[in-house]
Amino acid sequence: MRDLHANLKTRHALGPFEPRRANLGFVTVPAERLRGLLTELRDVHGFTHLVLLTAVDWMEDGLFQLTYLMNDRAGDRTLGVRVMLNRDEAVGEDMHDLWPTAATYQRELKEMFGIDFPGSPRVDEEFILEGWTDLPPYRRDFDSLAYSQQTYAERPGRVTHDPRAHMKSKLYPEG
Amino acid sequence: MLSFQPDRSQYPQPGPDGRLEVDLETGKYLKLWQGPNHPGITGNMSVELTVCGDEVVEGKTHVGYLHRGFEKLMERRTFIQVFPIVCRVCVPEPDFNEYCYAAAVEELAGIEVPEMATWMRTLILEMGRFNSYMMFLGGISGSLGLGLVGQWMTYVRDLMLDRFEELTGARIYHMFILPGGVRGHLPEGFAARMEEVLQTAEKYLADVDRVMFSNSVFRLRTEGVGVIDPALFERFGVTGPNARAGGVVKDVRKDSPYLVYDQLDFIPASGKDSDIFTRVKVRRADIDNSIGLIRQILEKMPKSGPVMARLPNVLHWKIPRGETYIKGECSRGEYGYYMVTDGSGYPRRINVRGPSYTHAMALLEHLIPGTNISDVAALMVSLHTYPPEIER
Repeated sequence: MRDLHANLKTRHALGPFEPRRANLGFVTVPAERLRGLLTELRDVHGFTHLVLLTAVDWMEDGLFQLTYLMNDRAGDRTLGVRVMLNRDEAVGEDMHDLWPTAATYQRELKEMFGIDFPGSPRVDEEFILEGWTDLPPYRRDFDSLAYSQQTYAERPGRVTHDPRAHMKSKLYPEG
Repeated sequence: MLSFQPDRSQYPQPGPDGRLEVDLETGKYLKLWQGPNHPGITGNMSVELTVCGDEVVEGKTHVGYLHRGFEKLMERRTFIQVFPIVCRVCVPEPDFNEYCYAAAVEELAGIEVPEMATWMRTLILEMGRFNSYMMFLGGISGSLGLGLVGQWMTYVRDLMLDRFEELTGARIYHMFILPGGVRGHLPEGFAARMEEVLQTAEKYLADVDRVMFSNSVFRLRTEGVGVIDPALFERFGVTGPNARAGGVVKDVRKDSPYLVYDQLDFIPASGKDSDIFTRVKVRRADIDNSIGLIRQILEKMPKSGPVMARLPNVLHWKIPRGETYIKGECSRGEYGYYMVTDGSGYPRRINVRGPSYTHAMALLEHLIPGTNISDVAALMVSLHTYPPEIER
């Protein structure tokens, strides 16, 4: 994996290689170099399997991290390619021409994180949510507890405990 | 297979955005919803079919009927609080979630799991695989009108659930594998009772072989139907038995061994025709593999030893910043957990990679056009999809 990184580093302006295990590592690439890198990994280096595409919200830094997890099945190598996007105008590049399944991931990311992928098929269609008008719910600033309290009525007779205090009272009733 | 050849020149053509231009007003087309309440659908999902006569011209998968926001819930819980949630991502084979989650936490936190626990985990995963296949055999036979097989398999699955209950205290959601190890040892006499279950299963499976695979109706409706071109496997993220049925003999248990699979003998089941029939045959052979693996595990595993590593105080457990991906071969293909930590006491992000995400969405939508309405159920079930993996 280190050899591969050394081979690709200059050509694709890669960040440092971060190994996790012998057959798993991560690397960051500038957004404008993403397509070139993914295409070369797929067509030249055997990383033909797009395992997943997902996002991580680094709200404090104003960034979204897209992670493209690529797998070389024959060589048993997995590489996580990270791209950082500006959180305020989060737009990723459509990759469905490389892997048709990317369209599903991109559609979900649009709905759950608000990251747009112009040109991706059906990217604006509802995926899981129906009639959703609030913040994209997987963003860190979407408060799921507050949303539930505002949206749903309290069930009569239901009691909520503080988990820590409740466990303490159950485990140590004598105090 | 179609019994007639329709005039496809009259079918809708895709517009510039890739969508079919279907004008229902013409009366040529009909929208037909298969699911979410339909015997020919697996779980809570639906397929929106556009049909012209008997032939389907477009299919769209709809999910969201049981979305609980699991991945968001996990971000709001401490690492130990997450483990009882993860199994609920997949009802028929929940243990893979427990294993992948626990292994991801252990790797990021630098925890070594006792050897005994790795054997127990492997046992649990194979028991779960066996049960998942019982549901699959019932589903595929039911989708083609063979209700009896489903009844048999439900009975056999129930016997295995008894063993789950004996071992873990629960039948469906076991919450047995947790970061650091597993919750307990094998009960006294467990291996003998498991052997009884396996022998009963083999008896019923022999009957299934006669009733299903020798049944001319079953063969007619599955051979040569729903063929996936192996050239599509990589583009559509096809893994597991769906890929092995097309000659791509890839199995994470062999190719990237985890737990104790490198100490067990088995040959991943495979085929070459890539049709519905072969996918069912491959899974049927995988059941035999699971039975053999359960026997091997019970024979080879240590008879005693610790099953839990020493954990830090789980109420104040912080894990250093990092990210990892843990994967395994579940009954449907590659199952994995991508986890990101930020040094706090909560996961920053967990993404569940279930094989159904690619199989039931892009792949199914690609395979459906051109099929007969009556074949859609078998096609879908043959991909062995579980919608909760898509919604998480």
